[in-house]
Amino acid sequence: MIKVRLTQEQKKGRMGVLFLAPWLIGFLLLFALPIVESLKYSLSQLELTAEGMSLHFIGLENFKTAFLEHPAYNRILTESIVDMLVNVPLIIFFSLFSATLLNQKFRFRGLARAIFFLPVILASGALLGVEGGDIMQSVMQSANSEQGGNLSLLQSFELERMLIQSGANESVVAYLTDAVNRIYEIISRSGVQILIFLAGLQSISPSLYEAARIEGATGYEAFWKITFPVISPLILTNLIYSIIDAFSSNKMTRLIQETAFKTFDFGLSSAMSWIYFMCISVILFILYMLIARKVFYYD
Amino acid sequence: MKPVVQFKQPAVRNKWASRVVTAFLWKLVRFVLLIGISYVIVYPILLKISIAFKDKKDLYNSTVVWIPKHFTLDNFRLVLQVIDYPKVLLTSVLLSGGTMLLQMITCALAGYAFAKLKFRGSNILFMLVIFTILVPPQTIMVPTYALYKNFDIFGIYELITGRPGVNLIGTYWPFVLSSALAMGLKTGLFIYIFRQFFRGIPKEIEEAAYIDGASILTTFFRVMLPNAVPAIVTVMLFAFVWQWNDTYFTTLVLINPDLMAVKVSTVAGQIASYLASEAGIATSTGNVDPFYLSMLSNTLILMAILPLIIMYFFAQRYFVESVERTGIVG
Repeated sequence: MIKVRLTQEQKKGRMGVLFLAPWLIGFLLLFALPIVESLKYSLSQLELTAEGMSLHFIGLENFKTAFLEHPAYNRILTESIVDMLVNVPLIIFFSLFSATLLNQKFRFRGLARAIFFLPVILASGALLGVEGGDIMQSVMQSANSEQGGNLSLLQSFELERMLIQSGANESVVAYLTDAVNRIYEIISRSGVQILIFLAGLQSISPSLYEAARIEGATGYEAFWKITFPVISPLILTNLIYSIIDAFSSNKMTRLIQETAFKTFDFGLSSAMSWIYFMCISVILFILYMLIARKVFYYD
Repeated sequence: MKPVVQFKQPAVRNKWASRVVTAFLWKLVRFVLLIGISYVIVYPILLKISIAFKDKKDLYNSTVVWIPKHFTLDNFRLVLQVIDYPKVLLTSVLLSGGTMLLQMITCALAGYAFAKLKFRGSNILFMLVIFTILVPPQTIMVPTYALYKNFDIFGIYELITGRPGVNLIGTYWPFVLSSALAMGLKTGLFIYIFRQFFRGIPKEIEEAAYIDGASILTTFFRVMLPNAVPAIVTVMLFAFVWQWNDTYFTTLVLINPDLMAVKVSTVAGQIASYLASEAGIATSTGNVDPFYLSMLSNTLILMAILPLIIMYFFAQRYFVESVERTGIVG
């Protein structure tokens, strides 16, 4: 037998394949196979019979049903997309702002950071949904606001009136007051994004700021000329993460789940989720193309 | 020359003074902002704590807002009677902890391979990892269910035994499989974090280990992993918390699971029927006071997130500091 001597690079490559093996098997078995199946389901009618499932190929019928016949599908789809378009810019803005705040030096910074990251732990998944529709909490909130002088709803109403009177653009005003009303939602969804921005801010070398200060730049200028360009790749990362996160649990996903497991229309459910996935991909692609060109890379 | 000096000095002093003033103002604004945002974040938790210790009497007393007049632990006692809390806690901890460990191992391996052990095509495979993050889990929901309902690795089992695959629905095997094969909840993100982190470790460290005669495996376990503690902590925390809070996958593959997040979303009905049977009206659950019911489910939510908060309290310091070096950054 001829003994083949491998170079270090080849050895590494082989080891790499070995290291990746669990993921690769998982990808094929638990992802690639199901996604092909799902595409097949969306193009056919699925019937549960005594000996299992039977598939009839019916072309794009399921997609047609979703768009033209389903009572709520179109509405929920547009709603979830509009929701995303409203929330994501606010989340990005808020998390960048919080990260710059938390990056400065002040007393109790550790405590402030711990509190700001708390939503990462608490606000994912079921707990948030349960909190939304809770009677007790809303009662207590309204009790509090009566005491504290019309806190939540009325306040943004006042603000709206004031801004419109001062001659601001109405749609801008509506957006801003909407943001005020959504503040809890925004904050509770920006934990991971703050984390990512903060990690990015930490990686900027202080000597850059020092040089800028010696040259006479103000803090405002330093932010736009140093912080913003260096952090811009992370804005892209965060944007994509926020969009995926916003789309990962909302009314749409619930509708898809219900269609599958309450009305047992597996084909329709798959078709719905494929349309949904296509919408997400198109949005992501457009945004990526628009922003990726403007992103500044340090190296 | 004299007038010039006299003219200049006050100007400089003014500038200095205004700088001090703006710095002070900024500190004030920052303080207010931080307090405000922290309040918004902590508010729901404080609210739950306040509700949990209230007596039923305080519910209808309008003078009671935050601090209960009749301090009581009855709510906790009642919730403990309805739900087997220790058992639910144990199952949740075991499941979250188990998937956390498995995911950590496979994701660390995969992330290291993507960062340092490159081979032809590994970049394309990494694109596929990103792809798995992008696809919403609902897209592959039905086939995933069918897969576990009739589990069979590429039809090999059927070929050997002649029977269709094994039914894994209602067991914990789907969790073991999906996390050991790195296809669990948001697992692509963990691979991404590990890859970015390992990419940030200088090549020289790796090469030094090779020159000293270490094999690739030894280098990974003895040199790289001990350096990757920040990434490991971050991934472990995320994996644990997301599994703990998840109801999508758990309700998909388990039948009526004894898990915290699921219990939280279904407990209201259970408590209602318990209270109804307690009061002797076994047939209808409509007579139960909805406010009291909501008080009890709030207590349960508090009990459900309590373990997470305690864990975060200990991991927090480490976590918040480690994030800075995690290399989550792209």
